[in-house]
Amino acid sequence: MSLVTLRGLSKSFRRDSQSIVVFDGLDLDFAEGSFTALMGPSGSGKSTLLNLIAGLDRPTSGTVTVAGSEVSAMGPSELAAWRARHVGFVFQSYNLLPVLTAFQNVELPLLLTRLSKRERHEHVRTALEVVGLADRAEHFPRQLSGGQEQRVAIARAVVSDPTIILLDEPTGQLDAKSAAEVLALLQRLNGEYHKTIVMVTHDPHAAKAAGAVLHLDKGVLAP
Amino acid sequence: MRYFHLVWANLTRHKRRTVLTTASVAMALFLFASLRSVVTTLRASAAVGSESRMIVQSAKAIVFFLPMSYRERLAAVPGVEAVTWANWFGGFYQEPRNFFATFAADAESYLDMYSSDLELPSDQREAFLRERSACIVGQHLLDRFGWRVGQNVTLQGTIFPGDWTFTIRGAYHAVDPAFSEDAMVIHYEVIYERNPQWVSPGWYVLQLADPSRAPAVAAAVDSTFENSVEPTRTGTERAFNSNFITMWGNVSFLMNTIGMAVVFAILLVAANSMMLSARERTNEVGVLKAVGFTDTHLFGLVMAEASAIALGGAALGLGGAKALYASTGFSAMGFLPGFDVSGGTLALGLGIAVLLALTSGLVPAVAAARLSAVQALRHVE
Repeated sequence: MSLVTLRGLSKSFRRDSQSIVVFDGLDLDFAEGSFTALMGPSGSGKSTLLNLIAGLDRPTSGTVTVAGSEVSAMGPSELAAWRARHVGFVFQSYNLLPVLTAFQNVELPLLLTRLSKRERHEHVRTALEVVGLADRAEHFPRQLSGGQEQRVAIARAVVSDPTIILLDEPTGQLDAKSAAEVLALLQRLNGEYHKTIVMVTHDPHAAKAAGAVLHLDKGVLAP
Repeated sequence: MRYFHLVWANLTRHKRRTVLTTASVAMALFLFASLRSVVTTLRASAAVGSESRMIVQSAKAIVFFLPMSYRERLAAVPGVEAVTWANWFGGFYQEPRNFFATFAADAESYLDMYSSDLELPSDQREAFLRERSACIVGQHLLDRFGWRVGQNVTLQGTIFPGDWTFTIRGAYHAVDPAFSEDAMVIHYEVIYERNPQWVSPGWYVLQLADPSRAPAVAAAVDSTFENSVEPTRTGTERAFNSNFITMWGNVSFLMNTIGMAVVFAILLVAANSMMLSARERTNEVGVLKAVGFTDTHLFGLVMAEASAIALGGAALGLGGAKALYASTGFSAMGFLPGFDVSGGTLALGLGIAVLLALTSGLVPAVAAARLSAVQALRHVE
């Protein structure tokens, strides 16, 4: 069953006086519970696709539907609320807030929910346990290794139990050992917790961790 | 409250910068409160003085003495109920910076004239009147030098050179706080004994039976002495005080313009620092938006930060000024009696702080709210 449905998706933007077309009528589905790796050269539209699914960016035309909700038709406030509830986003450079502890970083999405402080803290502790960093809760990002930072970022992405987890080159800045740990964690989230995952990567080793690999080239799915 | 730690974390991100920015705001508002209080105190001082009392001074300037013989002639002017006079005794206590107003007066008539403005216990009044070398001082002056009633104090004279020792026989309280408690009153006879050729009244004070007759009395007095050795200028005591205060006119102008320009400049620096701090975190705006924070959330967070700095600075600057001047009883050596940071000044200072929060917070807050998440995230990636 398809969780994410992209239909007739077009995206273009202007750079100086030139119009650059990223997608032109792309149709694509991601099944519920799948773990898909998106590969392709730089500029092929991988990150743009993630942004469109997450509702961080809007398509020029076409529709993006996630779990029955048409993301591309939502207004800014509705979209923000939807994103808080349904999307967990992980960045290549972790993007933890340096002034917050690991615990506080993970708690961020929960601040937008109606959960009580006690409930929020329970959720955060669980998420940190899942990524194996319960003992680093009070550490600041600068006190963590790159791999640990990325695992905190993953904990932040899963803490609100989102419908889909989107990762933009999550192992791009990690050494081999840390990358392997992160990929193992993603496989566990997909296998044990049945999370739907879409991961952009340049790394063929990382792509192997996914159940399916899609290749994008100039906005078109390669056969 | 659930976002408080976010605001706090951002404020403490660069502790030194936050402290310096808050200190700048505090200093600017402290200056504002101080300068404006000088102006408001001067204005209040100008309003002190009775409409039923008149001052007769030399038509040339207050520094020229009037003949003693004028006293009887003034008392005979229709509408004048009582007459007293005083002179300025320049002097200081121990060192020149301990300068304060000292009036050499015709003691009994002077105290009678000001009985409704000064509270002086009757036994102290009697003790003062009995003894030529006695003096009375304002309670604030007594406290300022740690004097006590019964103590001898020696002043160094400037207009009347030499050492002058007086015994404090009383301490008065001013009924109106704008009436100086930083003054000393002595018997003119003491000076007369040493300087008989010099001493005559610096000004006369007339008590009128009917304040509405003040213009007529003034005209009568001035015409009486028009062709005398020392022509006079007569006006109500309030007008006299007001004229005295207008000598500070340029000071008020400087306080109001140059002072405010300095305050404004400091506030601009603080605002710039606050805006810079918000701009530096563009990438984090993108992260928060990706997590699900709305434009309104981002706007609120940035504004809360700016408000915390501006209002924190205001609390320190305005509260500090209020507390400092109240606890030290500052009066600029008696020239600004009743000096106080008024409620109006505090409210205006708070208004400036709110304006600062709005101007320094609004630009980055709107920018943060309007910035697209993708644009913000590209900032780091």
